[in-house]
Amino acid sequence: MMTTPLNKSVERKDEKLIMDAGDISRAMIRIAHEILERNKGVKDLALVGIRTGGVHLAHRLVKRIHSIEGVLVPIGELDITLYRDDLALRKNQPILRKTSVPFDMTNKVVVLVDDVLFTGRTIRAAMDGLMDLGRPEEIQLAVLVDRGHRQLPIKANYIGKNLPTSRDEQVQVLLDEDGEDDRVVILKS
Amino acid sequence: MSILIKGGRVIDPGRFGGIADVLIDKGKIAAVGSNLSAPVDGWTIHADGKLVMPGFVDLHVHFREPGFEYKETIQSGSAAAVAGGFTTVCCMPNTNPVNDNQAVTEFILERARLAGLANVLPVGAITKGSEGKELAEIGDLRRSGCVAISDDGKPVMNSLVMRRAMEYALAFDLTVVDHCEDLHLAEGGCMNEGLVSTELGLPGIPAAAEDVMVARNLSLSELTGARLHLAHISTAGSVRMVREAKARGIHVTAEACPHHFMLTEELVRGYNTHAKMNPPLRTWADIQAVKEGLRDGTIDVIATDHAPHATQEKQQDFTEAPFGIVGLETALPLTLGLVEEGVLSLEQAVQKLTSAPASVFGLKKGTLAVGADADVAIVDQQELWEVDPSKFRSKSRNTPFAGWKVKGRVNTTIVGGRVVFKTDPVER
Amino acid sequence: MSLKRKDLLSLVPLSVDEIMLVLETADSFKEVTGREIKKVPALRGKTVVNLFFEPSTRTRTSFELAAKRLSADVINFSPSSSSVVKGETLLDTARNIEAMQADIIVLRHSSAGAAETLANGVKSSVINAGDGWHEHPTQALLDLYTIRQRGMNFHGLRVAIVGDVSHSRVARSNIYALIKLGAEVRLVGPPTMMPCGVEKLGVKVYYDMDEGLRGANVIMMLRLQLERQGRAQFPTIREYSRLYGLTVERVRLADAGAIVMHPGPINRGVEIAPDVADSLSSVILDQVANGVAVRMGILYLMSGAN
Repeated sequence: MMTTPLNKSVERKDEKLIMDAGDISRAMIRIAHEILERNKGVKDLALVGIRTGGVHLAHRLVKRIHSIEGVLVPIGELDITLYRDDLALRKNQPILRKTSVPFDMTNKVVVLVDDVLFTGRTIRAAMDGLMDLGRPEEIQLAVLVDRGHRQLPIKANYIGKNLPTSRDEQVQVLLDEDGEDDRVVILKS
Repeated sequence: MSILIKGGRVIDPGRFGGIADVLIDKGKIAAVGSNLSAPVDGWTIHADGKLVMPGFVDLHVHFREPGFEYKETIQSGSAAAVAGGFTTVCCMPNTNPVNDNQAVTEFILERARLAGLANVLPVGAITKGSEGKELAEIGDLRRSGCVAISDDGKPVMNSLVMRRAMEYALAFDLTVVDHCEDLHLAEGGCMNEGLVSTELGLPGIPAAAEDVMVARNLSLSELTGARLHLAHISTAGSVRMVREAKARGIHVTAEACPHHFMLTEELVRGYNTHAKMNPPLRTWADIQAVKEGLRDGTIDVIATDHAPHATQEKQQDFTEAPFGIVGLETALPLTLGLVEEGVLSLEQAVQKLTSAPASVFGLKKGTLAVGADADVAIVDQQELWEVDPSKFRSKSRNTPFAGWKVKGRVNTTIVGGRVVFKTDPVER
Repeated sequence: MSLKRKDLLSLVPLSVDEIMLVLETADSFKEVTGREIKKVPALRGKTVVNLFFEPSTRTRTSFELAAKRLSADVINFSPSSSSVVKGETLLDTARNIEAMQADIIVLRHSSAGAAETLANGVKSSVINAGDGWHEHPTQALLDLYTIRQRGMNFHGLRVAIVGDVSHSRVARSNIYALIKLGAEVRLVGPPTMMPCGVEKLGVKVYYDMDEGLRGANVIMMLRLQLERQGRAQFPTIREYSRLYGLTVERVRLADAGAIVMHPGPINRGVEIAPDVADSLSSVILDQVANGVAVRMGILYLMSGAN
């Protein structure tokens, strides 16, 4: 696990620090426990991370769950680009990443994992994407940050931190896997 | 009715050059000299700073009538001619029906008379229907007014037929004109064969398709003694062979078109159908050879190969679009460009547009000699203008020169002592 | 990185990055085509028109499947020469189609430059699905994809293209792309099948097939137009086949891991021996399968709002 000391020294000039590495780590531990508690263990459990931040967090959760239960639950990676609702409006199409869900989802409880929950449109796209790949028994949602301003009736089951924001603020989750120091920030305009 | 053209720089190739007045009376040139006095009942055109030249003679135009009046008529073609300073034009026989008989020749002459603008002189077909098989009634064509014979665009492939045509034409003192293209070598081609055609995936026409026919025609001219005129030569090979043939005394003359000394095959990129003509635009080396040929006299004449086509025809994809561009209204500034560039002297350039073409077909045109038909072009050599096809008098707009900024413009054109085109007001 | 182009007419203007973007995007669609449900909603509400002036079941079907798997509406329009009113130009036809609000027009035409003429005249995106002898960019891209799928690097790759290069749009597109990607391109065939000045494109020409195949990593066979037998390009099919047909023995001259490609349809026993076409080194069916994923990628990348 990450051992960055809890202090504000990682805060950059143009950012407002919301969570540091320790905060993120504790949130992930708690979410792992909540997932296990709610689903009464790892039976039929699977995690699917939404590219790209969600994939990293899903991998962290799998490791956490392994350290608690000693079982590696199946993990998938989902690129939602082709399911976005704004494709027809964009001038240039976003770059496609690979989707890889190497297990059968039938009868599985799939926990979708994403970094930030905002309008809910990404999660809608992700659920459509999952449904095209199989028929899970249940879909749950885990996010590191819920910043509000939903435009669709979507609610997370597991939340690292509720973060009140204004609509035009930019929330960023920066992770070690992408070569950044773990942190959640609001970008100052 | 007389006209005095005052104070212009007169260029009468081979005869006179300098500031002078030109007096026109009863449709003829009455006098060329200093301080001529204005006629009592006539007009005066002040030509200070302008060039005063014989009206231009174009040995190679397509006026499309009869048969393709939607592209051009003798009326619209004549209007384009005089707007470009051309007072005499020779129209090729590839109309529908083909001008291979007296009736079509007379029809063309009658239409030209009604148009009342330029002198339109028909070129008759060599073979019936220009099919390259049986000779047309060449004697009859001559008698009814044809000034030369050619199967332009459908070259006579059968060498025996060409030999007989050349021999027969001798009897009527007719020049035989050939569009030199070996149709087998050129089959399906629509641009010059080379790296550009390879890159564009377009079927090519090799330079050799022209060269082998130039060689054949030169041999046949040597064999028969006929007067041979080679239309629109475009390759270095053609220029070299004509130069050598002239040195050996063969009765050959040759023409070049402005597009063949201005543009290369590169213009085809982007599948620009206004760069599609036959012979095709060639390479830079060919352009240099054509220019050298013009300079040293190997190429006697500048002709336009004015080939109007409707907009929708040129809007087809490249392989479908017809060959050819209009040229009458752009030839003058493009030719003067050769003067600016130092390729030709001004007198040489004027000669290639006037007296030289007239002598190729034996026409009493292209001169300001006293007693000659008063066909005159008055030109502002310095005027800059932009080529705008929408302002063309021609019915068609197919030119690759649209938008070009060019120098030298016709102010006034006089045919048979009548002002048929003018941009400046004429004073009483 | 994105494909900021209205049209895909030729591979000449594409950068190496753009080519790689297409191949990587195709990778993502390869996964989609492997699913139980092979359809994604990316092009919902878009209209793709397959405008085929020249019959080609293979390419048209490939584009149709690609568009359908992206949830686009697909119209197949194949004006036969008789039904296109004489005098109606390609542009007239295309403007009619555009009036039906086509977002993308996929054009196959027998004339070089038809795609460019069309693209200049309509607002819709135009994808060239083969224009005369000029180019067939999507075929070359699927060929590149198939080569890359076999784990080969383009840089220094020895590719022998065998057959009638002068009349081949597939060859031209492949030459442009492979040279750009740093491959060594060899053209193999009789001089009558080599277009004027082709060496200037940076390729090596071999009249001797054995010599041209030696050490090659990829053997790309072109389809022989049988009707060109006789006066035009080669004396007889028999002689052509003997001089330039791909046999098992000739494949052995190439690199040990060499692959054999063919854009189809194959003249079995003419340009390629049946046992070669069906051998392990043949990737001909992979090319067909990859065609759909590559075309999905291209349709996706070109479907941005105009």
